[in-house]
Amino acid sequence: MNFDTSEEQQLLADSVRRFLQKDYAFEARKGILASPQGWSERVWDSFAGMGLLGLPLPAEHGGFGGGAVDLMGVMDAFGEALVLEPYVPTVMAAFAIARGGSAKLKEAVLPAVAQGRIRLAFSADGRQVLGAAGADKLVVRSGDQLVVAEANEVAVKPYRVLDGRAAADIELKGRPAERLEGGVRLLEQVLDFAAALACAEAVGAMQYACDATLEYLKTRKQFGVPIGTFQALQHRMVDMVIATEQARSMACLACSKADQAVEAERARAVSAAKIKIADAARHVSQEAIQLHGGMGMTEELKVSHTFRRLTFLAQQFGDADYHLERFARL
Amino acid sequence: MDLNYSAEELAFRDVARSWLAQNLPADLRDKVASYEELSREDLLRWHRILAAKGWIAPAWPKEWGGTGWNVVQRYIFEEELGYAGAPTLPPFGIAMCAPVLLRFGTEEQKKRFLPRIYSGEEFWCQGYSEPGAGSDLASLKTKAVRSDEGYVVSGQKIWTTLAHYADWIFCLVRTDSGAAKRQDGISFLLIDMKSPGITVRPLTLLDGGREVNEVFFDEVKVPAANRVHEEGKGWTVAKYLLGHERLNTGRIGASKRELARLKQYAASRTREGRPLLQDVRFRDRLSRLEVELMALEITNLRFLDRMRRSGEPPGAEVSMLKIKGTEIQQALTELMVQAAGPGAMGSPDRFTAALGLRYCNFRKTSIYAGSNEIQRNIIAKVTLGL
Repeated sequence: MNFDTSEEQQLLADSVRRFLQKDYAFEARKGILASPQGWSERVWDSFAGMGLLGLPLPAEHGGFGGGAVDLMGVMDAFGEALVLEPYVPTVMAAFAIARGGSAKLKEAVLPAVAQGRIRLAFSADGRQVLGAAGADKLVVRSGDQLVVAEANEVAVKPYRVLDGRAAADIELKGRPAERLEGGVRLLEQVLDFAAALACAEAVGAMQYACDATLEYLKTRKQFGVPIGTFQALQHRMVDMVIATEQARSMACLACSKADQAVEAERARAVSAAKIKIADAARHVSQEAIQLHGGMGMTEELKVSHTFRRLTFLAQQFGDADYHLERFARL
Repeated sequence: MDLNYSAEELAFRDVARSWLAQNLPADLRDKVASYEELSREDLLRWHRILAAKGWIAPAWPKEWGGTGWNVVQRYIFEEELGYAGAPTLPPFGIAMCAPVLLRFGTEEQKKRFLPRIYSGEEFWCQGYSEPGAGSDLASLKTKAVRSDEGYVVSGQKIWTTLAHYADWIFCLVRTDSGAAKRQDGISFLLIDMKSPGITVRPLTLLDGGREVNEVFFDEVKVPAANRVHEEGKGWTVAKYLLGHERLNTGRIGASKRELARLKQYAASRTREGRPLLQDVRFRDRLSRLEVELMALEITNLRFLDRMRRSGEPPGAEVSMLKIKGTEIQQALTELMVQAAGPGAMGSPDRFTAALGLRYCNFRKTSIYAGSNEIQRNIIAKVTLGL
């Protein structure tokens, strides 16, 4: 038993965090959010430069062979900074291609992904497909199969989701030629992997919500004293911190099992984690707004964006009810 | 990162598990399983079995009988005790008085008391709370006046768990009522329960059980040699004890066992002719509780791992384990009642009726050992700097 992060994992997480603090501060992020595309090519190139895009890809295709545990620190930092770039969709599609694609497809796609030359998207049901509009290729569920569609093989209806990220509803125009091996089992595997990443991302966002709220309690004065001196608020703050610690534990569990082939064990861990993270995300994000008072309701404060990201993450890849149903079946 | 125990840790667990399977007397196990009250002799019997094996005080230094296990091994052992359904031994001697003596006691005090705590020859209880000093412990009033031989103690303690079984009580008393800071007027005394002037009056709890008492002191003579640490330093001792590592605060092993029982019990129950586990309302409450317990177990392991790495004792993390651990314990008793249905409110079947009483009894867990509100205060102050 150990919860140590390896030196490589630590170094990577640190460099991602440094980059985001420097180039992805709240003001810079606002500009990216307001751009027509809703995310930044320049940031994407930086991700490629830091090796983030190759991280989860097999070594023989230009990647580093990392698993969900290796991505935890990255996702945590992404959650804290509320990264808008379609990283997870690209990782999901690449993950599927690496496991179910032909040798030719892998060679054509994966090194290009690792180098940041192409972007991918993944769709399980055609709705809220993040990063769909700018994707070069999309891995799409079609019946019991996963198929690989070129950008021009899908009809895209773009919009922004609750937290401002670019998404689209999509539809296959025809029947794409390229099919992945693995069908529904591979789909489940991709979704479990992605749910584990969402858990880690949510923990980063919850930690930010806690830190920002604590800071606010210490600085905001009413009745002549910092509001953090009031016990009613102290106890609510403590409960936010406890919920975040409990969520962090479950994110560790989900990521450590997400790579495992043992399907039932993996699914059980991921569903348990998603239940806890969905509950904690709601609790922590709601309390963060409440304790910030009116300021928490404004666009100007990052915490309101964190609230929306957490609300989105709570339902992404299955909400608590979905996973309660699945957990009970396993 | 690896959430699984290592091969060595698993081997250690298996040794503990199989020893417990062979050495926990069946009648004690059954008594625990049917939620019966344990007698003094029940507790002492199990204490002596562990002492004979050399496992009664794992955290003590080896020279006094400790096992030399690391924090993870100690945690595993404590969880296995819970998981096996062993009687929960009161912590007052082994885990509270002894660490205080080891840290602040004189050689004479250690030699006098530690071996008898170890063997179970002397049964201890804790005299902290008073009618007017609960969460605000420093306002305690039981006074100890200096005399030629030592102190004369007068006053009252309350909520004294198992005082009716105890041979000795360790007490916080006021030795200086004029101290500028009220904490500085408190001292830590060891008092023989057979001393003239001590009266123990039982308090019956809401489940009808007898586990706590009022203890009255009427001019009780206590030798000066029974004071631990300097006069006026009792609060330092109490704070040390508060921060003393309590790895098992979350009671995860016991809760895992209760969860397994709950699942088993619920599987045998029906509601309106359908299996209870197919009732989505019940099932979801059960699942959420299971998830909460899974999370707490990992949280606990994360804290342990951090302790093992840093060599530092745990800080306010223990408060988090206390809050979540007791919430889970209480929720388990509540779901057991729900699974039992109306029978838990009264039934000729002893087990079914015991579930309702246990639910009542477990309300205590969020109050004792520093109420959960006090634990939140500690986290707010120590961890969050509020």
